[in-house]
Amino acid sequence: MTVEADVVIVGGGLHGCSAALHLAQRGRRVVVLERRHVGRHSSGINAGGVRTMNRDPAEIGLSVAGMELWRRIGELTGDDCAFHAHGQIRVAETPAELAKVAERVAMVRRLGFEHEELIERDELRRLVPAIAPHCVGGLIVRDDGAADPYRTTLAFGRRAAALGAEVREGEGLVALERAGADWLAVGEHGRYRAPIVVNAAGAWAGDVAAMVGDAVDLRVRASMMMVTERMPRFLDPVIASVGRKLSFKQSDAGTVVIGGGQQGTADRHTEKTRINFANLAGSARAAIALFPLMQGARLVRSWCGIEAETVDHLPVLGRSLAADGIIHSFGYSGHGFQLGPICGSVVADLAIHGATNLPIAGLGLERFAAQAANGKAAGIGH
Amino acid sequence: MFRKLPDPACATVAVTVDGQAMRVATHETAASAALLAAMGATRTSPVNGEPRAPFCMMGVCYDCLMVIDGVPSRQACLVPVRDGMRIERQAGARALAFGSAETADV
Amino acid sequence: MSETFDLVVIGAGPAGLAAAAQAAELGLSAVVVDEQPEPGGQIYRAVERATKGPAAAALGADYAHGRQVVEAFRRSGAAYRPGLQVWQVEPSGEVLASDGQRSVAFAGRRALVAVGATERPVPIPGWTLPGVMGVGAGQILLKSSGMVPAGETWVVGSGPLPLLYMQQIIAAGGRIAGYIDTTPAANGFLAAPHLSAALRNLPYLRKGLKLRGALRRSGIPGHRADAVEAAGDGRVERVRFRSGGTWHEKPCDLLLLHEGVVPNVHVTMAIGCAHEWDERQECFRPRLDEWGCTDIAAILVAGDCGGIEGARAAEARGRLVALGAAASLGRIDDATRDRMARPLRRELRRHLPIRPFLDTLFRPRRGLTAPADAVIACRCESVTAGQVRETVRIGAVGPNQAKSFIRCGMGPCQGRMCGLTVTGIIAEATGRTPAEVGFFRIRPPLKPLTLGELAALGEDSGT
Repeated sequence: MTVEADVVIVGGGLHGCSAALHLAQRGRRVVVLERRHVGRHSSGINAGGVRTMNRDPAEIGLSVAGMELWRRIGELTGDDCAFHAHGQIRVAETPAELAKVAERVAMVRRLGFEHEELIERDELRRLVPAIAPHCVGGLIVRDDGAADPYRTTLAFGRRAAALGAEVREGEGLVALERAGADWLAVGEHGRYRAPIVVNAAGAWAGDVAAMVGDAVDLRVRASMMMVTERMPRFLDPVIASVGRKLSFKQSDAGTVVIGGGQQGTADRHTEKTRINFANLAGSARAAIALFPLMQGARLVRSWCGIEAETVDHLPVLGRSLAADGIIHSFGYSGHGFQLGPICGSVVADLAIHGATNLPIAGLGLERFAAQAANGKAAGIGH
Repeated sequence: MFRKLPDPACATVAVTVDGQAMRVATHETAASAALLAAMGATRTSPVNGEPRAPFCMMGVCYDCLMVIDGVPSRQACLVPVRDGMRIERQAGARALAFGSAETADV
Repeated sequence: MSETFDLVVIGAGPAGLAAAAQAAELGLSAVVVDEQPEPGGQIYRAVERATKGPAAAALGADYAHGRQVVEAFRRSGAAYRPGLQVWQVEPSGEVLASDGQRSVAFAGRRALVAVGATERPVPIPGWTLPGVMGVGAGQILLKSSGMVPAGETWVVGSGPLPLLYMQQIIAAGGRIAGYIDTTPAANGFLAAPHLSAALRNLPYLRKGLKLRGALRRSGIPGHRADAVEAAGDGRVERVRFRSGGTWHEKPCDLLLLHEGVVPNVHVTMAIGCAHEWDERQECFRPRLDEWGCTDIAAILVAGDCGGIEGARAAEARGRLVALGAAASLGRIDDATRDRMARPLRRELRRHLPIRPFLDTLFRPRRGLTAPADAVIACRCESVTAGQVRETVRIGAVGPNQAKSFIRCGMGPCQGRMCGLTVTGIIAEATGRTPAEVGFFRIRPPLKPLTLGELAALGEDSGT
């Protein structure tokens, strides 16, 4: 028997579940097809940074709008998602790095945003007493923060289901076919028919895009994370670095979670990941450089997720170029967690109205076509 | 809880267990010395402060984490004693040292 | 940077020592890396010293056999690196180990995981109180430190080890206040069909009967119970047990628990080897062929971490795996391997037929791995069985989701003390088998290491 719906969403990560929640909230019949279980890959195990700071100009508006949803995340999902707005700071270690921060703040102001500000040494030490003494200041967004990624993804999935969305775990997509004006999604166990299909398949989104005729150059990202034993409270904000690959925060439990984009390896097909300890050592060095007290802290666990990365590190959010009724939301390239709530709303707008008032210009697939054309024109293509 | 079988030939070293000076056999571990000192809890849980003591004696359970010669979170059952060793109870989460001894020595 | 060996052995118990010795005899370069300061593993712990020490007579002949194993290893020329904690094993056979300050790397053409067994977790009320330990822990203290219990000591559990330990303590002049036998009464009946096979292991059976006889003669009061609790303020002070439907309470200074041993699978799981659920032994174990090969070419397994078979079988398995490794590395031909393997396989047939009988006779009681809501399942994070059940109620499908929700298995022991319990609780709550529920995904490092030590890893090539 074929299940009829208004929208079929491929992928039960944060973006898929968020789209399901927003669509269900607006009275649409939604089915989410999740090959494993909700939050299995990157959505459940990323660094959990809720960050508007230091975004690409193409993302700033969307990200800032997204904070409105984070501030009422409990109302939206029925769970506080362990969200804390303790701020995010991007630390500068040298005057040259601090000068870059000043440029950045000026650039963001020119775009009309006020959320990013520069802080100097004294303010940095007041907010982060454990920071290494040589650090000179940094970039701060005071009401950025962090949340628990798995809990958040599940909260979105649960609320979507409570609003009537059907979340089918253990249901992988096998094929996507035209059926009149509709799409027929053929799963491992069932068939699902709807006029709209949302591609939120994360690291596997390229395969789904290919099924409808959109070619996207997607790579796999396997950003490594590690966590220490519990430590006494010494840090509230989330810390990043201007000059190093680092994201550093202390969880509610007291453990310190360290990431920042050092890469392990991942196999999309077997869904297995491996830690690269030579690279992870780089994260350890960065953490110790900014927080000397971490030298003797004991690392208990490390892991990496599987996530899609586009060539320009920006997500693909918008309608398919090749086919009607397909909406893409993928390729978040390691910084999609904060965008999850708002992008679900964008997808709902696109599914219902075919357009959105939220700022997504520059995130559609068109840009790759344009880039390819420009590249050829400038003679830097192949 | 435990006592040693008499072994007159056995060489000993001097250690302190939570400040109490004692001589123990050279082949003791910090954990077995702590058991002989009958100190009861050798740490408290970082989660809820419950008292804990060595459980498995083979490096598996991590309930014997102690501060040894000033270094926190060491598995006492895997650390052989040596002369002058300071073996101390670990209270809750490991201590922090802001840019001091810990970063310098370890 | 790393030292290269034909065979890097992890663990200096009977399997690892025998494998390294056999490999060295065949001309392979071999090294044994071990956490402990002395060879022998837990079963032959401190055997080089203790067979001369005050507990020597009490520890008995089976233990003394370990000395031959260690001596053969010492003579073999295989390298030995004690006091190193292995924290990562790559599928390529590379082994990273720490001395607490620095890490060293061993590049193995083959890596042999011979990390033995651990005591099965015994989650009962009060099992985190100081003064509650494993029977194995008590026996380790006897072997390595010549320590016997003092005060009111109760031994609780099932299996040959509690009987052996009590006999050793009595022989050493110690005292046990009482034994609480938790073996289900029905197990004897269930084990009966395996008795005829077990008769081929007559010496084992005799030893078992002798242990029971010694226990009776020792005057240690025995009770059969189907529930046990430890209680006390800040340390164990009382033991409570239910016998024939009635609860009893006794004063207690030391409570020693044991419900059998299970393979130590963290290493093979972290590497990514295929595992299966062993229905009879109620544990996970790596899938192995007759030469101890896992599904990953460079990774071999011998001894109890591949399935519980006991110390003597582990020794034979170690030698067999070394033969297999030598052949696969082209040092001996298959015919030589098979010829040399024949006496070892005969040896195995002497030790293995009793296993189904023992496994069934000492099968853990129902409910051991799915305790009451208030009982702590995860010691590190003080997570109760009830909290694990709650995660199932709100949508966790397995141990990894439960871990994400409530941090069970996220402490420094990395799930070694709660893994089987969490699997058991979820299996019971969802009506699935432990095989279907699965186990925690084991994340590296295998043992916690300091950030400073990790940071130093990549620096050798630079400065």
